[in-house]
Amino acid sequence: MVGITSYGAYIPRLRINRKVISSAMGWFNPGALPGEKATVNHDEDSLTMAAAASIDCLNGLERGKVDGLHFATTTSSYKERQGAGIIATALDLHSDIRTADFTDSLKAGTTALLSACDAIKAGSTKNMIVCTSDCRVARAGSSEEQIYGDGAAALLIGDTNVIATVEGAYSISYDFMGQWRTDSDKFTRGWEDRWIRDEGYIKMLPEAISGLLKKYKLNIKDFAKIVYPCPYPREHAAIGKMLGAEPDQLQDTMLSSVGDTGTACPLMMLVAALEEAKPGDKILVASFGNGSDALFLQVTEEIEKLGERRGIKKHLARRKELDSYEKYVSFSNTLAIEKGRRGEDVGPTQVTTLWRERKSILALKGCKCKRCGTPQYPYQRVCVKPGCGAIDEMEEYSFSDKRGVLFTYTGDNLAFSMNPPEIYGIVNFEGGGRYWFNLTDCELDSLKVGTHVEMSFRRRYIPEGRGIYGYCWKAVPELT
Amino acid sequence: MPEGIKDKVAIIGMGCTKFGERWDTGPDDLIIEAFTECVEDAGIEKKDIEAAWFGTCYDELNVGKSGMPLSYILKLPFLPVTRVENLCATATEALRGACYAVASGAFDIVLALGMDKLKDAGYGGLPHVDMALGGTTRGILTWPIFTAPGAFAMMATKYFAQYGLSPEEGKRTLAKISSKSHHNGTLSPKAHLRREISVEAIMKAPMIAWPLGLFDCCGVSDGASAAIVTRADMAKNFRSDPVYVKALQIAESSGEEMMYTDWDSAHVETTYRAGVKAYQEAGVKNPRKEISMMETHDCFSITELTEYEDLQISPRGRAKEDVDAGFFNLDGQIPNESDGGLKCFGHPVGASGLRMVYEMYKQLQGKAGPRQIKNPKLGLTHNMGGIPLLNIVSVAIVGL
Repeated sequence: MVGITSYGAYIPRLRINRKVISSAMGWFNPGALPGEKATVNHDEDSLTMAAAASIDCLNGLERGKVDGLHFATTTSSYKERQGAGIIATALDLHSDIRTADFTDSLKAGTTALLSACDAIKAGSTKNMIVCTSDCRVARAGSSEEQIYGDGAAALLIGDTNVIATVEGAYSISYDFMGQWRTDSDKFTRGWEDRWIRDEGYIKMLPEAISGLLKKYKLNIKDFAKIVYPCPYPREHAAIGKMLGAEPDQLQDTMLSSVGDTGTACPLMMLVAALEEAKPGDKILVASFGNGSDALFLQVTEEIEKLGERRGIKKHLARRKELDSYEKYVSFSNTLAIEKGRRGEDVGPTQVTTLWRERKSILALKGCKCKRCGTPQYPYQRVCVKPGCGAIDEMEEYSFSDKRGVLFTYTGDNLAFSMNPPEIYGIVNFEGGGRYWFNLTDCELDSLKVGTHVEMSFRRRYIPEGRGIYGYCWKAVPELT
Repeated sequence: MPEGIKDKVAIIGMGCTKFGERWDTGPDDLIIEAFTECVEDAGIEKKDIEAAWFGTCYDELNVGKSGMPLSYILKLPFLPVTRVENLCATATEALRGACYAVASGAFDIVLALGMDKLKDAGYGGLPHVDMALGGTTRGILTWPIFTAPGAFAMMATKYFAQYGLSPEEGKRTLAKISSKSHHNGTLSPKAHLRREISVEAIMKAPMIAWPLGLFDCCGVSDGASAAIVTRADMAKNFRSDPVYVKALQIAESSGEEMMYTDWDSAHVETTYRAGVKAYQEAGVKNPRKEISMMETHDCFSITELTEYEDLQISPRGRAKEDVDAGFFNLDGQIPNESDGGLKCFGHPVGASGLRMVYEMYKQLQGKAGPRQIKNPKLGLTHNMGGIPLLNIVSVAIVGL
């Protein structure tokens, strides 16, 4: 039976209390939601979050067996350059795999999941990553600014060691224009929210879910958890009631802790449900966006064998409050800050170099000398160990999954930084190897020589004239 | 074992511009200013020069590539001009080329000139260091976003941790180094920054890259410097007090500091290695006793502190004791940065090496005015280009 064989998630470390937003923009739009929301750091985006969730999902598993990757988002960095391809490179997956982006609708996550199941059922692939993320940027003072949050989920789909089988699905498709972005819009536009609520969520979610129940002759009471997004808390509960579900069957939307993560939302909720699931549980999942996909899963005994993931729970527990609205809007480039000549004066990325060195740059791949056993980064043809110097006796060696120790560091106020000071240091890797990296998701005064770090895929810079989003790996204090 | 350069070549003339933010002065003016002083000092004319070595680092900000700019700016009569660049060791590299040319017997009178015009960059600090270090190569795409102060600050962080200095103790030691140089700068008419700065003021200055504050960093400026070299046996035909070249050494990182785990990030390996070779070449057995004075590369206070140890003047981890004792002050046993150093001159990358030799030359000739050191015999200059992780070091020793 085809289904989920592993799961992972990612929630950015930064949280902004909605009061911080309303105290900045309340003069214009006094409406405020309760709680906080997760927001990307200045060096994160949908690709980096999806990569992080996928790394969590693949923890302890052999990456070489992955033969496909689906990426679902409405906020990919590129219109033409596949996000799934960038993520697959960062994950160091083989090149003979099937990759695709599922996009343009908030239901794209569930569609990506169903397509992966179909591919495996058809025998075309065996182990596929389905990762999804969104970091939608809202206009200052809009209600979306209060609602939207950022996050990612990843599922591994296969037909052996399945922890939750995908038993069936029912989809509906409507060109319902509740909200939209054209090919040149940075911000989402929406029609009246009462209409989206009443004609959208309240009609379409029950239609899809009822269709699923009817098609497979199921009773809503059969489900341990029912997963569906809805950024209106009262209506979220009302939909459950309409379906005949008890309140404790409804999976929390994380609206007051993470926010509405768009395409990622239903699958992040599913990961949260799987974290609590027991063998035998049935879980119902439905998405919303230009229609809906509804599907249901059956949790198996295998779930107890899956090693611990950071998932939703650990990422929710790791948090740092962003107490400045000005930083929040600067990080998303809603407020264009003065970068100065030094900020502009960065060498152009040569795409030919990026292509040749993609494993070093995007996958943090180095090498290990077969003669002396020294790991080194980036890939060297001549061994760096004093006294060895073997030429062309290297095998590939991965650093992205290695822990390291901070050997020394600084916080640089002269370097251009979106969040000064720019922190960087030398990392000595467990198992050998040394290099220097930026540090992120940390404060200068929390670091010391000897701090344990791990590596994280991040955005290096945004295009501005070059048209290239640069990606790199940075060190972050180890998430315990 | 090669013979080395010792006492084969002599410096018979030098020139050095005023260093600073020379907004009204272009690269051509800087070259002409240093050259004019240099040939007058040597008592020769342009037609006597047989070849030239021209050093500039940020050529894209000033005159562009090749040796041609030196030739057409000075209207040299179809001479061979070699353009050299080796980051902060650029000017010393130009001197090395000129000295080797003379020592080989190919030429008898050769010009070495270094120049950089950094204040056309449009912002403070060194311009785009990442580009200077291969901005579009795979190296840089895997490096962090950094600046020179930050790259050297990492060495201070580790030095403090390794030798158990609290940030306060460490910063105070570094502040004493900068304060000493600022004092010397007040006695140095060609320096860019010429005021006393107290240890307390240095410690309280705005942070540039933790733990280095504003006064732990040298300035960025415009300048040029030049030397005329000739065969040692001809030198006294030009002047009674030529200065002889005793050693010229270069060491470049092998990559192991950055990629192998032995280097401790609390010293600069190339400085140590180039120092060992230079002492050998000059026949110096005990540097702490034999070297009279130094101009080491004080781009940052921490660089100078580690140089005391790497050049074997102070024992490992104990340079602080010598700093506290005033060992390197103008009236100390081995004055360092008697002219104020990079700290006060600023650092036009391609000119600094010859500016340092200029100070040693004037001191050896007894022409250093209010900052004159008593009876110096051997002067050492040192440049370090790049960052502690990956760099070039030059060490030159000159003497009577």
